[in-house]
Amino acid sequence: MEQKVNKQISIEDASRYFFNGMSLMAGGFGGVGAPPSLINMILEKNIHDILLISNDTGFPWIGPGKLITEKRVKKLIASHIGSNPEAGKQMQEGFLEVEFVPQGTLAEKIRAGGMGLGGILVDVGLGTVVETNKQKVDVNHKTYMIEPALTADVSIVYAQKADFYGNLVYDKTARNTNPLVATAGQITIAEVEEIVPIGSLHPEEIITPGVFVDYIIQSKGVDWKWVWELKQGTGLQEEQRSK
Amino acid sequence: MGLGAETRHRIARRAALEITDGMVVNLGIGIPTLVADYISSDLHIMLHTENGILGMGGSPREGEEDGNLSNAGGYPVTIKAGASYFDSATAFGIIRKGLLDVTILGALEVSEKGDIANWIVPGKRVPGMGGAIDLAQKAKKVIILMNHTDKYGNPKIVKECSLPLTVKEGAHMIITEKAVFHCADGKLVLKEVMNPYTVEDVLSSTGANVIVDEKVSVFL
Repeated sequence: MEQKVNKQISIEDASRYFFNGMSLMAGGFGGVGAPPSLINMILEKNIHDILLISNDTGFPWIGPGKLITEKRVKKLIASHIGSNPEAGKQMQEGFLEVEFVPQGTLAEKIRAGGMGLGGILVDVGLGTVVETNKQKVDVNHKTYMIEPALTADVSIVYAQKADFYGNLVYDKTARNTNPLVATAGQITIAEVEEIVPIGSLHPEEIITPGVFVDYIIQSKGVDWKWVWELKQGTGLQEEQRSK
Repeated sequence: MGLGAETRHRIARRAALEITDGMVVNLGIGIPTLVADYISSDLHIMLHTENGILGMGGSPREGEEDGNLSNAGGYPVTIKAGASYFDSATAFGIIRKGLLDVTILGALEVSEKGDIANWIVPGKRVPGMGGAIDLAQKAKKVIILMNHTDKYGNPKIVKECSLPLTVKEGAHMIITEKAVFHCADGKLVLKEVMNPYTVEDVLSSTGANVIVDEKVSVFL
């Protein structure tokens, strides 16, 4: 079949969907599988006052951590900020509002948003501060919290491959929250390592059907050093941290 | 904090004895990560990670790391035969459905009833719970590995936790550099002391009611 669909756009064109005060959902876990080129574009375009929904805040120089370090995020919904001291500091200073959600619950809230559900019923965190101010319901003689679904103005994800329809294939643990986040954006933009012709991905290997993906951009690749690449004593770690 | 490598490895070695053939196991960050080194290669164990692996293997050789293949702490790993990759919803579905036989976690405080506090020190350290609540509430067996006391020498095993809880009555076992406790029916039972500590050493640095088992053994 002749190729009529092409969702590939330039990163410059993609930048038009980002605006101050937006809600932004980002795929990635500890920065692995976070889209580096899109995150850099958000920094370069000076987008600020972002409500960020992400599993975690990566490291100060890795993944969505960069958006925190540059003070572009005013509110964060995440499960963990421990690997990013800058996030903790901004939280203590009152600059960054943080809403913590248990990791599995966060994943399901995002999935619910992407699947057109209003929310989920979950018992993880009953008996802890997690249940504070939560609406509860008894179903089949068990008590659950009602956790509303999450969506965002724009979802950004990272995938190994896309075809021009936006069908996505991920790579190992860089998959993580990406397939969930990809479904939950009003607009979803996928940054990918490789763009291939329609028909060249086997339908069985596609993890995210392209119907969820509005645009794809070619990744310029990871531009940060991973924590394990930073040898102690070389000063590199400190240099990266201070960036 | 401040435990020497040998002590950390002894705790890990003891914890590894709790892992038996066929188990599905999740190891937390810190001392729990070391447990993998002591699991007998004769056992068929599936290590689970929150970031989407069942069947995680050891560390890769230097130079063979893959930036897209890491554990939940962000460090490179390998996989073993039969491994699978999946998204975060599935990773936590495995936990929430109760398919984990054992999770091994660190903690800030554990109460004599088995309450665990391990994710927040209000006003001081607020890293977030990550997957700790899911793991501690849903794994079939929860083993806590930690220092017996904090850096000021205060007991971390207490009558009631002072910090916000991760889970109520979730711990099944506590292993420290001094002792091994079982938690069952709201009671804390001292089962083993770690060489060279004595029962008295353990009791004097524990802030909870402890039942001393009739047959306390020594773990070398």
